[in-house]
Amino acid sequence: MTAVAVESSVAETISRIPDPEVPVISIADLGILRAVDVDEQAHTVAVTITPTYSGCPAMEAIASRIVFEAARQGYAADVRTQLSPAWTTDWMSDEGRAALLRFGIAPPGAVPVGEPHGPVAVTLSRHVVACPRCGSADTTEIAHFGSTACKALRRCNACLEPFDEFKAI
Amino acid sequence: MSTPASPSSTDTGTEPVTEPVTGAAASASESAQRESLPGAAENTGADPGAKPYAAYLLGLADDAMVYAQRLGEWMTNAPQIEEDMALGNVALDLLGQARGLYPYIGSIDGTGRGEDDYAMQRDEREWHNVHLVEQERGDFADEMARLLWFSAYQVELHSALTGSGDDVVAGVAGKALKEVRYHLDHASLWVVRLGDGTEESHRRMQAALERVLPHLAELFDDDEASVLAADLDVGVLPSTLHDAVVARVARVVEQGTLTLPDGSRWRSRGGRAGIHSRPMGSLLAEMQHIARSHPGATW
Repeated sequence: MTAVAVESSVAETISRIPDPEVPVISIADLGILRAVDVDEQAHTVAVTITPTYSGCPAMEAIASRIVFEAARQGYAADVRTQLSPAWTTDWMSDEGRAALLRFGIAPPGAVPVGEPHGPVAVTLSRHVVACPRCGSADTTEIAHFGSTACKALRRCNACLEPFDEFKAI
Repeated sequence: MSTPASPSSTDTGTEPVTEPVTGAAASASESAQRESLPGAAENTGADPGAKPYAAYLLGLADDAMVYAQRLGEWMTNAPQIEEDMALGNVALDLLGQARGLYPYIGSIDGTGRGEDDYAMQRDEREWHNVHLVEQERGDFADEMARLLWFSAYQVELHSALTGSGDDVVAGVAGKALKEVRYHLDHASLWVVRLGDGTEESHRRMQAALERVLPHLAELFDDDEASVLAADLDVGVLPSTLHDAVVARVARVVEQGTLTLPDGSRWRSRGGRAGIHSRPMGSLLAEMQHIARSHPGATW
């Protein structure tokens, strides 16, 4: 689901701002841009964003980029952060998922219902993630946490390449 | 900096900033405090934004903030680089949870303080976290025992708080719940792996479960602030979380071929009232040193 209907040039520019940590995906395709309200008379734009994780360090960079891009088109932007409803990878667009895959990051799977992995799991590989390089489903989790808060680290047992997985939450 | 005010001296008017010890104290001394706070002197009438459960939220935020600081110490100290990143990521989530609460607390306790004021400008007696999160980091097994208990507690806490009558609290909890489930999963995997690993790893994991024990009871104490918050349908009574948390931990401990130790001969107390154990002072010194050495500095 793409959250925001793009109706004006400034809204379109904002929706195309790349995520600073995963720059192949835009903030609209990532699902963190929740609302853009443009006032053409006053030349202002109210923007609502939501973090992927509570401590996501990219939020301030995203907010200042929004203000910067809006100003370049002559608009004053008011950026608000909204926590609820909490972001889910289900809000990521199909275009965003395809872009991640091209970049070598396995896109998130379906969000688990209720407890994500049950109370205790014995092995590290508890869900099937296809290798973004060769497509093999024979992959193993190397580390629970990856280079950013939103990713885990896996390895393909077929082509032996390590890769990032975008965690489903 | 001023010396830490004892709870009984908060109304003397000599301290520029004092923290209410409990929710009840907050409402009783509310107007006196507002007058004594810098920048709030003009606001002497009834504050329509003031809410009496700020002290409860401060306890939750301080738990997250102090544990984030402790977990951050593992970066470059964990057994493997993946674990440096893992514990750094857990710390980042907790820091985010604290940041979600501090500015809101500042808006409802009548002080108007921002997140940096809470994190960097309070003395030891003004912090309301439990002793569990301030303890020195110890063995890696000690950290996994602490993370297992604390994340199991946070899963139950935030599950309950998603139904809070305060929308901000419910929003922070809904966000945090997804994160702390993952933390619990991470700690569970390590406890099982270490417990069901070698003789040495089993011995050290079992010892860690015993060492963490005295610091757990505080998490489930129904102090005045939490009773007030629960009465207002904003918070949850900590004691009601106890059984579910123990059940979660017990399943992991059993799967790791470990034994959940019986009760401890002593227990910590006082954290929610601002009375802390020895490691808290050096934690704050390290965390606040830069901000206090260069007041008002920005970069």
